[in-house]
Amino acid sequence: MRIAEAWRVALDALRANRLRSVLTMLGVVIGVGAVVALVSIGTGTKQLIERQVEGLGSNLLVVVPGRVAAGSPPTVSPLTLDDLDTVNRVVGDPSRVAVTIASGETVRAGSQSAFASMQGVLETTPSVFVRKLDRGTYLTRTDVTTGRRVAVLGAGVAGSLFGDRDPIGRQVTIAGVRFRVIGTFEKLGQSLGVDRDSEVHIPVTAAQRLLGTDRIDGLAIRAPDRDTINQLGASVVAALQKAHPDTDFSAVTQEQILGVLGQILGVLTGVLAAIAGISLLVGGVGVSNIMLVSVRERTREIGLRKAVGARPRDIGVQFLLEAVLLTTIGGVLGMALGIGTALVVDRLSPVPAAITWWALALAFGVSAAVGIIFGVVPAQRAGRLDPVVALRTE
Amino acid sequence: MKFPEMSDAADAPGAPGDAIVAVDVTRIYELDGVSVPALRGVSLTVSPDDYVAIVGQSGSGKSTLMHLLGGLDRPTSGTLLIGGRDVAKLTPGEMARLRNETIGFVFQSFHLLPRTTARDNVALPLVYRGVGRRERRERASAMLERVGLAHRLDHRPNQMSGGEQQRVAIARALVTGPSVLLADEPTGNLDSTTGQSVLTLLESLNAEGVAVVLVTHDRDVAGRAHRQIVMRDGLIVSATDLVR
Repeated sequence: MRIAEAWRVALDALRANRLRSVLTMLGVVIGVGAVVALVSIGTGTKQLIERQVEGLGSNLLVVVPGRVAAGSPPTVSPLTLDDLDTVNRVVGDPSRVAVTIASGETVRAGSQSAFASMQGVLETTPSVFVRKLDRGTYLTRTDVTTGRRVAVLGAGVAGSLFGDRDPIGRQVTIAGVRFRVIGTFEKLGQSLGVDRDSEVHIPVTAAQRLLGTDRIDGLAIRAPDRDTINQLGASVVAALQKAHPDTDFSAVTQEQILGVLGQILGVLTGVLAAIAGISLLVGGVGVSNIMLVSVRERTREIGLRKAVGARPRDIGVQFLLEAVLLTTIGGVLGMALGIGTALVVDRLSPVPAAITWWALALAFGVSAAVGIIFGVVPAQRAGRLDPVVALRTE
Repeated sequence: MKFPEMSDAADAPGAPGDAIVAVDVTRIYELDGVSVPALRGVSLTVSPDDYVAIVGQSGSGKSTLMHLLGGLDRPTSGTLLIGGRDVAKLTPGEMARLRNETIGFVFQSFHLLPRTTARDNVALPLVYRGVGRRERRERASAMLERVGLAHRLDHRPNQMSGGEQQRVAIARALVTGPSVLLADEPTGNLDSTTGQSVLTLLESLNAEGVAVVLVTHDRDVAGRAHRQIVMRDGLIVSATDLVR
């Protein structure tokens, strides 16, 4: 029998039992749909995080006390502004080095208040990280050296305190101390789950006075190029280690952060897709079941076909194609369902989705494979039917 | 166990041109460990222009013999040659091919595919011969015309009378140009007038050179054949040449 003919016969058989075919497909549709939707959402989230991490600035090196490893306890920072000089000497360019000391504080203006992530920083921050101003100016060298009480507000903080009014030159109080607003940041949105529009930047010296400490939390360095970034990180860590022999330091590159996050997300996506894959498996069992029923129902037909010259292989191929048709049609519908779901989630929720061709190709391949795997047993059974017995069946 | 003779058609019993040759054929079914002999040693030759009726009570082995002659089943022992080929040496696939090329079946219950038109039903054997769709349809149409159903090409079985359905089945049996037509109670489900016309059709086909083997328990039907073989308890009890 020609293969085109076999496809036609299989399609006819599915049409003859329309409702049953559709219901059987449904298992595969849901399975493939779930896999495609989950992989799309996982991929979209991963891409978003990559963009956000890259949005922090290129060739970024973050130096923090302690070891960056899962399960390690947070370390109290021994770093002070004296260490900044050490790092500056290693890096050779103070404009490439930023420091931060952060604390959650309530910021007030008149009757309005907002909870903000207060960050004590250097004037170098905009050249190390990517931060663009919306209005006004950023902190200056003098602001930092004199500990002037000036503040640059994140878009969110500025919005909740001042609404549409221009905040430049106005007073805010941070932890009860008055600061003058000299600038506002452009809206940034969320990054790695942190609302970056709720930041308020003030001179590190002013922040230390406010918090009653001379510590800083950590340093960030923008390396001149990608090739020397690890070497630079090692030198900085070595210099800091020398100054603070009791503390470990870690230099983390953006790529490492991306790598770790990517791995976590990859595992998460994989686990979710595997769970969705189980429903595909269940769908496959349904296909197998229906095919066995179909073989039994059509025993007389099989007998007749054999009597007029169908070989066992012809019959087997016919039933196998029927199963494969069920699952691949189900697979295509499932892809549509998955893409639709991903698009709806992307549109209506903050979770982004990215549809990748490989996920679609995989889903289609798997659904075809499910058809073959779960169709083989019924097909063999059909092919091996004894024509005499089959013809006698009522 | 008696091993089938490794013989070519030339040294086999019967004339070289015989359509089917069965020599001392037995068929024993194993049912739950019990051996049930359906055929206990039957020899029969069907020549190319034969018109044979096999008669007997139910359980006499006539259907089993029919299945063997049609290559649907294999003998437990003895030699069976269909179209000169020893079925003992054939794989199931080769047996299917042999049925397709040599044998045409007509069943009591017609065995038409229900959702399929008369033309596609008739064309079915050609599907397994690898004939293209267009040629299949042409040959099927021609064959339906020959059995007097030119006006029923696109009708489905449930839109046709029993006699018409059996004619479709006969057209299907003939479409591959077989040398033997095996008919198992072809008139069993038909009224006598329709049955007569189906028999007349089979006889005209026989006159054109197709061997016809008829299984029936109807004496009148059997009486029209050129030869009558009576079976009882898995054995041929009489073989009579009837006057033509």
